[in-house]
Amino acid sequence: MENIEQRVKKIVAEQLGVPETDVKNESSFVNDLGADSLDTVELVMALEEEFECEIPDEEAEKITTVQQAIDYVSGNLDK
Amino acid sequence: MSKRRVVVTGLGHLSAVGNDVATGWANLLAGQSGIGQITRFDASDLACTIAGEVKGFDVTQYISPKEARRMDLFIHYGIAAALQAIADSGLDDVAGLDKTRVGVNIGSGIGGLPLIEETDGDLRAGGPRKIGPFFIPGSLINLIAGHVTILKGYQGPSYGIVSACTTGAHSIGDAARMIAYGDADVMVAGGAEGAICRLGIGGFAAMKALSTRNDDPATASRPWDKGRDGFVMGEGAGVLVLEEYEHAVKRGARIYAEFAGFGMSSDAHHITAPNAEGPARGVTNALRDAGINADQVDYVNAHGTSTPLGDSNETNALKIAFGDHAKKLVVNSTKSMTGHLLGGAGGVEAVYSVLALHHQISPPTINIFEQDIEGGCDLDYVANTARAMKINVAISNSFGFGGTNGTLVFKKV
Repeated sequence: MENIEQRVKKIVAEQLGVPETDVKNESSFVNDLGADSLDTVELVMALEEEFECEIPDEEAEKITTVQQAIDYVSGNLDK
Repeated sequence: MSKRRVVVTGLGHLSAVGNDVATGWANLLAGQSGIGQITRFDASDLACTIAGEVKGFDVTQYISPKEARRMDLFIHYGIAAALQAIADSGLDDVAGLDKTRVGVNIGSGIGGLPLIEETDGDLRAGGPRKIGPFFIPGSLINLIAGHVTILKGYQGPSYGIVSACTTGAHSIGDAARMIAYGDADVMVAGGAEGAICRLGIGGFAAMKALSTRNDDPATASRPWDKGRDGFVMGEGAGVLVLEEYEHAVKRGARIYAEFAGFGMSSDAHHITAPNAEGPARGVTNALRDAGINADQVDYVNAHGTSTPLGDSNETNALKIAFGDHAKKLVVNSTKSMTGHLLGGAGGVEAVYSVLALHHQISPPTINIFEQDIEGGCDLDYVANTARAMKINVAISNSFGFGGTNGTLVFKKV
């Protein structure tokens, strides 16, 4: 089974329509991967779906990079 | 101020008979029905299980998969037909094209009904957090125009008209006036629909408006035939590039036809039942706008939906509008092959009317096995076989729920 990092990167690539190789840990969704405000909402929904969790809006707003998404998911799945 | 002349310089189309203009036109002339069993969803519990579905369409020929995921089918169809028409017109190759003078008006009768239905399912199953951020922009009717202007950088008028099954005709007629009046030099105009979903088919079936000839789909749409029992839903889009005459001539554009006039009217009668005076007035208004006498018209692309009431009513309307000349008209229903595209109908039928005029040939009205003369359907409906003929003036009729009518007039340049 793929680890969390791989799964997050795969979803980001799919949702934002970019090659997976472009998705780095430090990539910013908006500044590096061309996402707009609606894309980021949809991305969070896709993460919720994949990891069967609920990301509250105030937490979702803080997730702006791939690493932050990985960290959030890792932190919350451990609980 | 004298009216500026408007001509047609580009055509784009997809429907049940083909995903481009050439394929669709060849199939129409061959009398090929595009109607079959519904494959898009399980329709087995509905009264009507047949439709004119678009087949083998790949939207990624036109836009990226990421973009495509964010919009409902009617927007895919509208964008595809618009981009075909723009490519056909050669507009992309015009150096120094003033894009502030290019606009888009592509309407839809219903918009994103499949996406509305799907999102309602998500909402009920998972609560409001499951409503996607692209639900609204993916189902809004004017977003066809929105996307085309963004894709092409056109900065003129951007909108879509909504008037049920008259949508396409109204959009094209109104767009032509934008040019005539001076708001734009070029307008990309037409109609699109993609409402073959449980809500769409189920809704029209609830009105008993649809044919239930489920065991013989290819003959289900049979305008003016004695056995007609309702319309068959189609889908797709038809789009014209309309251009100011001098603008087109100066750039050496191919001119298919002149857009000669547009007329509208309201029945002021009933939400769904037609009356004859309303459509007749729409035709008369269009001919007056075009400065054309009734006896100069050769070809009518009829609304001709294959409903018992509608087909005889349109025949009566043509008799009121044309008098004795009605008998000399060729009255053609391409819906016998495409089904009824609702808001897209006026779009594809404008394309077909222009092609009929350009190629001097009328497609057939198929499935006229026994013409309903007793029911008052006694005109020349160019039954079952295409006919080469002289066409100087062609008109296209569209009538919609709410009693709204529109007629477009095209003539040879």
